[in-house]
Amino acid sequence: MEFLRATLENGLQIVAECNPQAYSAALGFFVNAGARDESEELSGVSHFLEHMAFKGTATRSADDVNRRFDEMGAYYNAFTSEENTVYYAAVLPVHQQAVVELLADILRPALREEDFETEKQVILEEIRMYEDQPPFGADEKCRAEHYAGHPLGKSVLGTRESIGRLPVEAMRDYFHRRYSPANIALVGAGRIDFDALAASARRWCGAWEPADGRRVVEPAPRRLSFRVLRKPSATQQYAVQLAAGPAATDPDRYAAKLLATVLGDDIGSRLFWELIDPGLAEQATLGHYEYEEAGVFMTYLSCDPDRAADNLRRILDLYRRAETEGITPAELDQAKSKVSSRIVLSGERPRGRLFTVGSDWVQRRQHRSVRDDLRSVAAITRDEVAAVLQKYPLSQSTTVTIGPLAEVPEPQ
Amino acid sequence: MNEPIYLHTFANGLTLVAEPMDWLESAAFTLLVPAGCANDPPDRGGLSGFTCEMALRGAGPRDSRRFVEDLDNLGVERSESVSDAHARYSGATLAANLPQALTVFADVLRRPHLPAEQLEAGRQVMFQEFQAVEDEPAEKVMIELRRRHYPDPWGRPSQGQRAALETITLEEIRRQFAAHYRPNGTILGVAGRFEWARLKDVVGELLGDWEPADGEAIVETPPDERHAHLPFESSQTQIGIAYPSVPYRHPDYFQAWGAVGVLSGGMSARLFTEVRERRGLCYSVYATYHTLRDLGAVFCYAGTSAERAQETLEVTLRELVRLARGIEDPELDRLKARIKSALVMQQESSSARSAVIARDMYLLGRVRTLDEVCRRVDELTCGSINGYLAEHPPGAFTIVTLGPRALEVPAEGL
Repeated sequence: MEFLRATLENGLQIVAECNPQAYSAALGFFVNAGARDESEELSGVSHFLEHMAFKGTATRSADDVNRRFDEMGAYYNAFTSEENTVYYAAVLPVHQQAVVELLADILRPALREEDFETEKQVILEEIRMYEDQPPFGADEKCRAEHYAGHPLGKSVLGTRESIGRLPVEAMRDYFHRRYSPANIALVGAGRIDFDALAASARRWCGAWEPADGRRVVEPAPRRLSFRVLRKPSATQQYAVQLAAGPAATDPDRYAAKLLATVLGDDIGSRLFWELIDPGLAEQATLGHYEYEEAGVFMTYLSCDPDRAADNLRRILDLYRRAETEGITPAELDQAKSKVSSRIVLSGERPRGRLFTVGSDWVQRRQHRSVRDDLRSVAAITRDEVAAVLQKYPLSQSTTVTIGPLAEVPEPQ
Repeated sequence: MNEPIYLHTFANGLTLVAEPMDWLESAAFTLLVPAGCANDPPDRGGLSGFTCEMALRGAGPRDSRRFVEDLDNLGVERSESVSDAHARYSGATLAANLPQALTVFADVLRRPHLPAEQLEAGRQVMFQEFQAVEDEPAEKVMIELRRRHYPDPWGRPSQGQRAALETITLEEIRRQFAAHYRPNGTILGVAGRFEWARLKDVVGELLGDWEPADGEAIVETPPDERHAHLPFESSQTQIGIAYPSVPYRHPDYFQAWGAVGVLSGGMSARLFTEVRERRGLCYSVYATYHTLRDLGAVFCYAGTSAERAQETLEVTLRELVRLARGIEDPELDRLKARIKSALVMQQESSSARSAVIARDMYLLGRVRTLDEVCRRVDELTCGSINGYLAEHPPGAFTIVTLGPRALEVPAEGL
């Protein structure tokens, strides 16, 4: 296993964790463009642009793009988050060069107006789909509330209005700014021929013009509040809570992840025993998520409406108890075993490694092997977890709850 | 892709099947127990699910807390579910921990506590799962579709019925457990890094003297409602369409599977191209092959705004009917490339492979090696698939919609 890297003159980064024993090659372009980079009028443009990348290039129609991926037997997709747009494909190693050529081609999409208008309808359908499924937008509303106007609170999908109104020129302009090669990393994992990868990058991406697409990063304020939204057609009640947590480059993020496992993993955690095992809630979990200069702990609850108020109070009490008492050695060891196993299991697939290697590079300009991560997890102490609890009190949070209830008392 | 498949059937009927994958650090198991929801008495829907829930609340020397802690400390990534034929328990872990993981689960099979003081907690868990489906319209439409497409009890949802869940007693659960958690009909599939002789010994010690029990005959009732609309206030209308296919064990299975792969799979497949790419009607549209032991079906889904649902239904049905006219070489080439890729990549996951080999044993009575599947896929031609389609054109559709307005079923759907 070898980690190799290169940089093109125009700023494009190329990194790969090469494993000659692997059965497949996973490749992806990680673009530093996401909801946090959008102005109000452009809300949803990064995600819409992600869709448009598959709708054709100068030399390929949308049908050509789709057929080419399928001819290679690729396992492929893309996603957009608050900070990144990622285009990826896993293929048999023999197709490495072909898939890099194709991905590089779609990273310079034609953005034809006719395709833009058709795909707009697909985005609107996607927005409707999320309106109909839990948590019915409460996650995006909670982020908006929590970040109080800061870009990390922006919606990834956008709204029917912002998407409906979006002109294709605005997308083309956004693309030129954000998809600058200095904002892009070509990442590989699995059975990768690095020399061929770097050569492909030079050939297909070398002419990409740099633009000034640097992200403006400001510290994120946090607004604590409690909001109740109504969705009369829902059967269950849902709640999303956000509390501040370590950011992407903070060394205490490993301790944060173990803390989240102890308190709110979907099995064997404190939330599990308190709420799930007795059947008081359908889901009650805590996770840690990290961004540039900001991080959050997210609590997710779904339960019978009659129990919502009580459950929210139990969660608050549970977090307060953790802040006062910390976690036990047995809990820490149990979390370490679980997390370590998960790291090994997900690392057995190149497409699992691709996202870890890509995030580590994009967020931290680091490579961490499976062994490195296992060592970091093993080394975490209870004191470090206690320090996270002090610095980032989970009892101080922003809550949005949605469901059939008109009122939900805020727990004290 | 030339690994041996190890197979051993114990005297009590338990089947152990295993495929080594020495390039991995992990080992995974899939346990299929003949305790699925098809065994629920007609008005006791949810009994098998509830039994599975209770079986995990302490077993052998471990109370429910110790059970969870021990598996977590072993780093066993695990899941349980109930399908029509089986209660499935599966897990993956570092290879060295497999024997201990199996020891814990052997207690679930043979010595569960089924604790009376946790019955109400288990009941609440079942209610929560039941209620959660009400808020997932895309899942709900497919549940309602399956229920109307397959003969009862094969189409039943594992979530059961509310009225039954309210009144199921511990005695019923104990009886259900005693009748269906048995070695004859249970399949244990293992894949990953392991040593066969040791594995066989461990399983023999844990489960070799497990007493068999008689199975019960399943009584089938044909479905009677082929079209249904379920009113629901939502932004999208959910459309579910099903049509009959051949089961996995049928000689024409690969033709049927290939035909569905042209309809749906990659982004160049027909449904995605016609319904989403060309017309922008949906975000999500797909068709998937599904099999029971003796029946097969194709299930199709589309979610679209209520105003465009009629058009979406018509376009989708037209594509399904059009499939019978045959597929073309470029489509077949792309299909083969996708399948071969998927087969190679299956070797990256011990849990994926353990599930496939266990399922093969149930559906076929033997395991298809990856080499064999590859060969059968290579043998597919347009001629063979089109011949199959001419004899089995998509038709006799079951159609269920969920949304604010009912739709008109066009001529193709009748």
